[in-house]
Amino acid sequence: MKKKFLTLLLALAMVLSLAACGGDDAAKDNSTTPPAEDAGNTSGDTGDASAVSDIKIGLICVHDINSGYDAAHIEGLTAACEALGIDVESQVVFKYSIGEDESCEDTALELADDGCNIIFSDSYGHQSYMLSAAEQVPEVTFVSCTGDQAGVAGYDNLKNIFPYTYESRYVSGVVAGMKLKELMDAGTVTDPYIGYVGAYPYAEVVCGYTAFFLGIRSIVPEAHMDVQYTNSWYDPSAESQAANALMSRGCVIIGQHADSTGAPSAVQDALSKGTVAYSVGYNIDMLSVAPDAALTSAQNNWSVLYKKTLESFMAGNIPADYAAGCADDAVMISPLGPSCAEGTQEAVDAAWAGIKDGSIKVFDTSTFTVDGKPVESYDVNLSIMDWNTNTVIYEGPTQNVIADGAFQESVYRSAPYFDLRIDGINELNNN
Amino acid sequence: MTHKEPLLRIAKRDSIPRPKAYAIRVIAVLLSLLVSGAFIFSVTKLDPIQVYKAMFDGALGTSRRSWSTIRDVMTLLCIGVGLAPAFKMRFWNIGAEGQILIGGIITAGLMRSLGPSIPAPALLVLMAAVSLIGGCVWGVIPAVFKARWGTNETLFTLMMNYVAIQLTSYCVALWENPAGSNSVGVINQQTKWGWFPKLFGKEYSLNVILVLTLTIGMFVYLKYSKHGYEISVVGDSENTARYAGISVRRVTIRTMAISGAICGLAGYIAVAGVGHTISTTTAGGRGFTAIIVAWLAQFNSFVMILISFLLVFLQKGAVQIASQFNLNDYASNIITGIILFFILGSEFFINYRLIHQPGKEGKA
Repeated sequence: MKKKFLTLLLALAMVLSLAACGGDDAAKDNSTTPPAEDAGNTSGDTGDASAVSDIKIGLICVHDINSGYDAAHIEGLTAACEALGIDVESQVVFKYSIGEDESCEDTALELADDGCNIIFSDSYGHQSYMLSAAEQVPEVTFVSCTGDQAGVAGYDNLKNIFPYTYESRYVSGVVAGMKLKELMDAGTVTDPYIGYVGAYPYAEVVCGYTAFFLGIRSIVPEAHMDVQYTNSWYDPSAESQAANALMSRGCVIIGQHADSTGAPSAVQDALSKGTVAYSVGYNIDMLSVAPDAALTSAQNNWSVLYKKTLESFMAGNIPADYAAGCADDAVMISPLGPSCAEGTQEAVDAAWAGIKDGSIKVFDTSTFTVDGKPVESYDVNLSIMDWNTNTVIYEGPTQNVIADGAFQESVYRSAPYFDLRIDGINELNNN
Repeated sequence: MTHKEPLLRIAKRDSIPRPKAYAIRVIAVLLSLLVSGAFIFSVTKLDPIQVYKAMFDGALGTSRRSWSTIRDVMTLLCIGVGLAPAFKMRFWNIGAEGQILIGGIITAGLMRSLGPSIPAPALLVLMAAVSLIGGCVWGVIPAVFKARWGTNETLFTLMMNYVAIQLTSYCVALWENPAGSNSVGVINQQTKWGWFPKLFGKEYSLNVILVLTLTIGMFVYLKYSKHGYEISVVGDSENTARYAGISVRRVTIRTMAISGAICGLAGYIAVAGVGHTISTTTAGGRGFTAIIVAWLAQFNSFVMILISFLLVFLQKGAVQIASQFNLNDYASNIITGIILFFILGSEFFINYRLIHQPGKEGKA
């Protein structure tokens, strides 16, 4: 009996292996040949664009294309390469779902081994591992997107880039403010109460929700806001729970600084069941998950930053920090949803124009107070500290960041340092 | 014969010669490769041979990759070695995750607080000793409850994981750097205080030495020591153990102390020797994966080297094919799943046999 069974197994194995062999030839035709052709093409082009064909790029993503944040990076880098004539297929290596741990360092070093001469990582938590890699492979450039240490860490090959996300947050706040005003004028809402689902209680998030709030307050001056943290960049269920908690407290606008569609989906659910609530998203257009509830999303156009960084890399003068905003089209908001109030588009256009020509300063010190007092000067120590031992890891300058009547965000380094808690915003769960 | 006989019947095997058992396993691995090859081709139209080659490249393609594979094999193996005595005793220690985290927290805490105040070798030994004790305590608590009050160790050890995860979150919040980021960052990144030193020019030599020593030690302990014999008797039948005058209570507690301690040491290796940070994902599910390692190897710690290698190889390979062929993680997880399914399934054919025609069994 056993013999028979074995024979059966072997027969099965042979059939399957035949199928697999048959597969080989077909697959070879459409997978192995194109790279060879590409190689031919690029070597033909080398005459005028040697830098372009020499470049090999690595991108380390914390999740994969299913996360809006990573999708923005993947598409951004792809668009930048296409604009610069870099062949994405053969010259860019994407690494997905690389955790913020030693696997990031492994991956960065592997990409360097594979011949990448510039390597990007998309998440803040990758930075210390990128720094280790930068230390070990000085001839390769490591760009930690959204990182904050390149300016002071003292490695020539470690760089940071960051868009002026606060500008798009401000404008998305204007959209929310218009909706809030409409609801209040109609008498549907009496308390201009806003909720915000934040990831972590640190400067990048604080800067974002403050800008969003100030955008709303430019339309509805009496608005106030609660912030609920999820302690994760990407946690659909925690984000939807936080949104529900905020709505049950009476919030009518739910903003977010977290990477999933959890909050907009929850708001859409509540709206369908009769609660008055609208959502402002982040990174991706939320209309597909919240067709009625989504007003707009604050977005970064990473392709602008990638393109600029690659250009300066090829020119050999890449700065330690690079930040850009709406003047360079590096930030934007997604198309307005059908629920937006009348006149929103005009208000949005005015806000963009104001930011571009300087008549609107997002962190205008006349528009907010801290502990009841206006902020006249605020010193930010750009050193990287170990706060537990209070020792300086990398010495940086201390800057008064209030100038020209505004908080100068992302000027002294690309990563946000706005960590003031302004009046009107209440953090619900900052431990 | 009027009533229908089933075409196939299943009967337990009495025993199976070792070469035959291994033949079945090898066939299972080959079959799994064929099936996942068919899957790859049918879904992606990629050449399965290329995909397997990419997996091999991902795990062993360069010396850096080989070392990171070896490093991960060692951590997984260490946990497997820790779980082996408990599972051999039929004590379902689902709590390795927690025991690893406790060892990790202690190591990270000492790395942060002691730093340069004591000499590096002393710090390494101290961190190892204290994390051994920490893991040991975490393992002994459910063992004492089981031995004294007959509580269910599966649930108890599982619950202890959540306690450990919460403790880790607490410590991360306490030590986070920069404030608010909810991550500890790389501890002592500049000074490398409390990091495993390079030995023989290799970063992970100490991991290998530690874990292989433990592996050999565990093999000897289980196979040749009186303790090891007691463990296997208790595992086979507690009543027999009692009849033979073995104190089941003492053996249970002692074995879990060893099991927990080794898992705690795995936490020490994961923090001081690999990641140099602590987070709730420091254990990363390896406490559960290691159960497969221990179980598939039937507690033979040398076979565990092979199984851990296979699992890490699959995981590294999966990451490689995801990026090389622009598949996402799910595709590679499916392949890993198919291969594991076949390997686990092969144990069925080792323990049972299928009888094709009815009425002819009973001679085997």
